[in-house]
Amino acid sequence: MKFLLDDTRRRALRIILVALLAVFGGLSVSAPALGDSVGEEYSATVFGNVKIDGEPIAGVRIVVDGGGYTAETVTDSDGRWSIGVPEVRNYNVTLDESTLPEGISVLEGGATQEVEFGLTDRVAKNFFIGEGERNETSIFDQIVSRFIYGINFGLMLGLAAVGVSLVFGTTGLSNFSHGEMVTFGAVAALIFGVGLQLPLFIAIPIAVALSAGLGWSLDAGLWRPLRKKGLGIVQLMIVSIGLSLTMRYIIQFVIGGGTEQLPGFDSPKINLFGAVALSSTDLMSMGLSIVVIIAFAYWLLRTKTGKATRAISDNPDLAAASGIDVDKVIRIVWIMAASLAGLAGVLWAYFRPGIKWDMGTQILLLIFAAVTLGGLGTAFGALIGALIVGVLVEMSGLIIPADLKYVGALVVLIVVLLVRPQGLLGRKQRVG
Amino acid sequence: MDWGSILNNTLAGFLTPTTIAFALAALGLAMHFGFAGLLNFGIAGFMAIGGYGYAISVLTFGLPWWAGMLVGVLGSVVFALILGIPTLRLRGDYLAIATIAAAEIARLLFLTTAFTDVTGSADGLFGFNSRPDGSGFQNSNPIPQGTYGFGPFTYNEQTLWVLVFGLIVLTVAVWFLWALMRSPWGRVIKGIREDEEAVRSLGKNVFAYKLQALVIGGVFGALGGIIYTAAQNISPGVYVTSLTFFIWTSLLLGGAATIFGPVIGAVIFWVIQAFLSNLLPALSTSGILPVSTTQASTLRFVLVGIGLMLLVIYRPQGIFGDKRELTFVK
Repeated sequence: MKFLLDDTRRRALRIILVALLAVFGGLSVSAPALGDSVGEEYSATVFGNVKIDGEPIAGVRIVVDGGGYTAETVTDSDGRWSIGVPEVRNYNVTLDESTLPEGISVLEGGATQEVEFGLTDRVAKNFFIGEGERNETSIFDQIVSRFIYGINFGLMLGLAAVGVSLVFGTTGLSNFSHGEMVTFGAVAALIFGVGLQLPLFIAIPIAVALSAGLGWSLDAGLWRPLRKKGLGIVQLMIVSIGLSLTMRYIIQFVIGGGTEQLPGFDSPKINLFGAVALSSTDLMSMGLSIVVIIAFAYWLLRTKTGKATRAISDNPDLAAASGIDVDKVIRIVWIMAASLAGLAGVLWAYFRPGIKWDMGTQILLLIFAAVTLGGLGTAFGALIGALIVGVLVEMSGLIIPADLKYVGALVVLIVVLLVRPQGLLGRKQRVG
Repeated sequence: MDWGSILNNTLAGFLTPTTIAFALAALGLAMHFGFAGLLNFGIAGFMAIGGYGYAISVLTFGLPWWAGMLVGVLGSVVFALILGIPTLRLRGDYLAIATIAAAEIARLLFLTTAFTDVTGSADGLFGFNSRPDGSGFQNSNPIPQGTYGFGPFTYNEQTLWVLVFGLIVLTVAVWFLWALMRSPWGRVIKGIREDEEAVRSLGKNVFAYKLQALVIGGVFGALGGIIYTAAQNISPGVYVTSLTFFIWTSLLLGGAATIFGPVIGAVIFWVIQAFLSNLLPALSTSGILPVSTTQASTLRFVLVGIGLMLLVIYRPQGIFGDKRELTFVK
């Protein structure tokens, strides 16, 4: 009677460990275990890395218990450990201080600490160890670091959201299959970057190019014929839901139900200032998003096609009457939306981290929240909306439990629809 | 390949608590979308609230099962009001996004570890159907212990009790919807679907009618969730957006603006699901289909998606619908 795959309930952003000195010791689910692993038969994993001043400490005993389950392991020569757990729930992780070298102890939070799964089924737990000196993370540093994470997340979300907004603006379609276009980009990067072992700077452009191809073929093979057939927007919306289901399960068919990782997802964190630590992939992801968004803005504001796109969003009939080839522009919009979504998918794979068949569906509603907040059909509104949603999701983690982070954004979505349905940048019009 | 067991399991899909639950939820959507034209993409939320309302009332507050089910229904009424009062003034696609978001909020609240004591978070709840103090749903089972039925329709006394109860609820719901739709109230509702402004100009309070429709459909959805929960444990992983989409598929299969369409649609949906979930892995083990068994069982959801698309494109009125009473107005 289990008629739905229950993986979708394990959704979330990774938990941000502010007091993180050690690097992420990451394991891919499919790859052979790097650390000393126990409980590998379970899909959920608590893992970590015991290091002091960058030097791994081997042979430290780690115990995970909770929900009637207890397991223990010792760190390997790289200081890594990993314990599989049967359920996604809170666990107590204990670092046996007597197995640490002389004079070294856990400095913060005590030897037993609680870990909480976010929306993924992997969670990192690293202990802050050292000799005596204490390094408290102030609330201010936490706010700053969450804010920066939120900007990073928001930029990624923005890349996906402008596509939804452009498609809505030009065709009136609320595209529920956009989440799968996000997943598609990540899966393409996985196939070329991990499967074919191409370097990332080649694999990611290929993934974006393939996404563009997906956008082209979806418009050519599905959306354009349906426009010609004269389907109403509600019908189109339900078609997009059917497409979303189809693509989602085809992706599961191809890559299976597990989580895969792109190369470099566990790149070390660099301490920037205060307690703000970002990895090089975080920094590159933000840089890349900003460059692409600026290029996109130039395209939309300055080029002929960009202007035509805005004209069609404004008034399709008038645009057609003034000689704009509406179908051609919509084709370009689909290609644009799909390639931006594909790039967002690659970045989302690093942010989560991990590639999973339903990763796009997990952020679909956040994308809709961003688009609605900014104003349906306005590309720049979607960007602003995405940044606000991103920061809100990350910052709300300071107050509400990590697994309710998305609720804040969804409440904002509903509230915006109530008080200002045209969004921040949209024009006031009747939506009732 | 064991065609006998495939056929047997397929036929069993005709009548299960899940089929009845789907039929009830699809009936609720028929009220919302088929008759009132409301694009509700949050039916999974109504079902979750019905199911959790029942389970939590029994486990946490020690209510007898019938009172728990009433609480579940009342919960969905409150949810419909909270959702409907602000959002029903929105245009169709905005309403769709608002309802899907509301259903996700409900699911995340049932999933979070913050309320584990009450909701059981990711593990869900169990042990509410049979209570040690005799107040559970199965404690009131009048059917003596044993095995009943024949062939694919063989049930133990517990499943049979859920089925009997579910069928009674479904029959009442079908009758109620039928009676409503031939009443003056039903004509106004259909009028709103066809042309809201015209009905408004006749002096009807369109908003109040829509809200009543949302509440009634939501109650059907909650009853679906309750029947589903009465047959097994409750877990938040069930009430995801895919559930909503599967119920939409059932509804559109049978015909959105019909009384029996949603029920027959749900039956067809589950018979096909049962057939494919038995056939595809069997094809894979016997080497006819060159994929693994896990991949083979994934294929049936791909087929659901394709089926939904084809249905909406080529037969939007469903199998039993009347093209003149097309619900996709714009």
